[in-house]
Amino acid sequence: MATGQPQAGPVSIPALLARNVAQHGAKAAYREKEFGIWQSWSWAEAAQEIDALALGLLTLGADVGDHIAIVGRNRPALYWAMVAAQKAGCVPVPLYQDAAAEEVAYALDHCGARFAIVGDQEQVDKIDEVRDQLTELEHVIYLDGRGLRKYDHAAMTSYADVQAAGRASDMASTMAERIAVLDYDSTCVMLYTSGTTGRPKGVVLSNRNVIETSRNSSDFDHLKAGDEVLAYLPMAWVGDFIFSIGQAMWAGFCVNCPESPDTMQSDLREIGPTYYFAPPRVFETQLTNVMIRMEDAGRFKKWLFHKYMAVGRRVGPRLLDGKDVSFSDRLQYRLADWLVIGPLKNTLGLSRVRVGYTAGEAIGPEIFDFYRALGINLKQLYGQTEATVFITQQPDGEVRSDTVGVPSPGVELRIAENGEVFYRSPGVFVEYYKNADSTASTKDAEGWVATGDAGFIEESSGHLRIIDRAKDVGKMADGALFAPKYVENKLKFYPNILEAVVFGADRDRCTAFINIDLTAVGNWAERNNIAYSSYQELSQHPQVLDTIAGHVAEVNASVAADPMLAGCQVHRFLVLHKELDADDGEMTRTRKVRRRIVEEKFSDLIAALYDGKSEIYTETEVTYEDGRKGKITATLDIRDAVVAPAAQVAAE
Amino acid sequence: MLDEGYVTADGRQIGGVMMDMRGITLRFGGVEAIKNISFDIREGEIRAIIGPNGAGKSSMLNVISGFYNPQEGEVWFHGKRRPPMKPFQVARQGIARTFQNIALFEGMTVLDNVMTGRLTQMKSGMLAQAIWKGKAEREETANREIVEKIIDFLEIQAIRKTPVGRLPYGLKKRVELARALAAEPKLLLLDEPMAGMNVEEKEDMSRFILDVNDEFGTTIALIEHDMGVVMDLSDRVVVMDYGRKIGDGTPDEVRNNQEVIDAYLGVAHD
Repeated sequence: MATGQPQAGPVSIPALLARNVAQHGAKAAYREKEFGIWQSWSWAEAAQEIDALALGLLTLGADVGDHIAIVGRNRPALYWAMVAAQKAGCVPVPLYQDAAAEEVAYALDHCGARFAIVGDQEQVDKIDEVRDQLTELEHVIYLDGRGLRKYDHAAMTSYADVQAAGRASDMASTMAERIAVLDYDSTCVMLYTSGTTGRPKGVVLSNRNVIETSRNSSDFDHLKAGDEVLAYLPMAWVGDFIFSIGQAMWAGFCVNCPESPDTMQSDLREIGPTYYFAPPRVFETQLTNVMIRMEDAGRFKKWLFHKYMAVGRRVGPRLLDGKDVSFSDRLQYRLADWLVIGPLKNTLGLSRVRVGYTAGEAIGPEIFDFYRALGINLKQLYGQTEATVFITQQPDGEVRSDTVGVPSPGVELRIAENGEVFYRSPGVFVEYYKNADSTASTKDAEGWVATGDAGFIEESSGHLRIIDRAKDVGKMADGALFAPKYVENKLKFYPNILEAVVFGADRDRCTAFINIDLTAVGNWAERNNIAYSSYQELSQHPQVLDTIAGHVAEVNASVAADPMLAGCQVHRFLVLHKELDADDGEMTRTRKVRRRIVEEKFSDLIAALYDGKSEIYTETEVTYEDGRKGKITATLDIRDAVVAPAAQVAAE
Repeated sequence: MLDEGYVTADGRQIGGVMMDMRGITLRFGGVEAIKNISFDIREGEIRAIIGPNGAGKSSMLNVISGFYNPQEGEVWFHGKRRPPMKPFQVARQGIARTFQNIALFEGMTVLDNVMTGRLTQMKSGMLAQAIWKGKAEREETANREIVEKIIDFLEIQAIRKTPVGRLPYGLKKRVELARALAAEPKLLLLDEPMAGMNVEEKEDMSRFILDVNDEFGTTIALIEHDMGVVMDLSDRVVVMDYGRKIGDGTPDEVRNNQEVIDAYLGVAHD
């Protein structure tokens, strides 16, 4: 590729580590809460630990280019293992700690790992289960020896013992040689993509990918030594690798690891990170918890909360964006901050957040606005493993819930004929390991990579907007763009709606199935003295249908505001009599709707949506949790929705 | 009986006799709760006491813990005959227990509850503790360290500062185990550690019991209703029925003992 070596900068993670030891030696590099106390390691101490492990790996016979699998929850020792692997000339391959044994087996076998560094007994057991299939795996190194006393230690050693062997060895010169040959094109890490279709693929990222991306993104958000992150997302995910290793090493900030997965929330509060990433789900859960607890609060507190959150919503985002805010609004916001917002942020552990990101899925505007109202600089980014995370991100002061931002520094974007987004950047991956076909079909000769997502660049702001997976985007009968997920996401932002499936490809108008959320709607029914005996009965209650019709009308109005997508308004809908369920094959285990199966299974209902009937009788086969099958019958109401007139395309 | 113990199926070395109950009889007025029972508990083993309701299991545990003094029979501990003792004296000998009905301080946090388990090890007086300088402070720090290791071991970090009253049942049971472990016992008595738990909680608790035995070498005597759990966990089982001992041996031996099958698992009524 075009970009050459950087101007005399470090070209590998071990080199960055050496730079950090020289520059920030005594500053905290890693913290982990253990036995109720935050233990910390300075850059110099961390480097010593890493060296000991790297030397230990050499004594075990690690060769240049070996893959070393790393499995476990976020702990400093496992982050060190990644760097130690690089120092020994090997390639770290972090794997998801909650992956099933056969998934781990697939990855270990695919990359031919000779060593695995794992967190605890759970991971050791998982590997033991499939060990006979793994001819190349030689040695397992474990961190927490609890419960492993009785295991056969012939091919298993504790992390501390490997380090001790390393300290006692005389391999320092070998290690120095192996570090010396690392350059910008050496492999930095290999990450397996979760793979929604087919087998996971091993994405090979070079030092160039990781270091260039880390430098660009650190500059973009002014990350610096002295920032704090909480490392709690899976280590096998590219984002965690960039935040906790790439950017942490580049900017020299401190990585904090929680005490246990369950203590994340209180650890977050104690650390008060300045740079924070969470998927929309985490923000959503936090907001729900706050709201539930406010419902239980006394009347005065409730009044105080709502009054000053309203001030926050009005003024907070404007302040963040650096817009003009009147003196009296500033004063009111100051008061709100003192009474409500400050304490709330502190409780959530977000008091010090300077840069917050969310990505991965669409985030509901009201969730987004809530955190912005608190004065938290929450932004969105769009990325993927193949891009070393960053494709687009929102600059400070240009944050909106419906875009994913402008191209990250160094990234070029291109939108194909069919709407698919392509990008080219210094972060573009080297290859899929042992999979030249997939590499070739994803990345072209000029380095452009297909994202598989359809989107467009908004002319007014230059921001990218993602509308759907490219393969799901279709055309309606009149040629208008059909983007079901775009509409479904808007519907799902209503707490009453759990799931929505929109139909309309090659049809003259769109229709939808809707699943109500039993918790939210059930709660509403209880408060309004509405009796119901089953999910099915509640789902067909006239008042429920009226409420949903209201939501659909609101969504239509907002869809209509977008000239490109105005054709996707929902004309008719019905509320399903059963929840879409993974056991029935209607969803994936990660709760994504399987459109084709839903279309086949409920073809009678779809037909009814289009032939003008006002109700339909249907029988559906269901699978119970224990695997037995049964049948439910229902008569479903079909409603017409209020459709808004499309905005004038010529308005621009 | 002089011997060196035995090796279990999974390869653990079990030591000599730690606790020897000889001809124990316990009466409440005219009711004979325990009738002339003898059995032993060996160093390092997991010993279960099972039996139907009212068989006298909890009474037996209470005899071991010193809560009841039997009218007849002798309790031998570490090769010495134990004179009648109060429970706190027994606790100082290195015997800790949990209760069938959870007995925690509901208003106190998990941490404080577990710290009370260190009470028998604290030596500074009330005044010194109130002033909390010098020795008392050092003592608390040292004890806290031990307690934190147990909290880590039982994976209850997330509820460290939560008042026990707010916890669900399964977690309370785990906190009780933590408090018993805090005393660093040689012999741990568990009275129905898995009563009222769901399958998942039972699995967790079983793992903790095995880990305690494995990691700290603690000898464990437990009472349990769930036969499956008992058979999986324990090295040897005593079976009681109406205050009598009707079986004693490895899980397999007990499972095939006709009297045990009749009494505990029920006889077919035709």
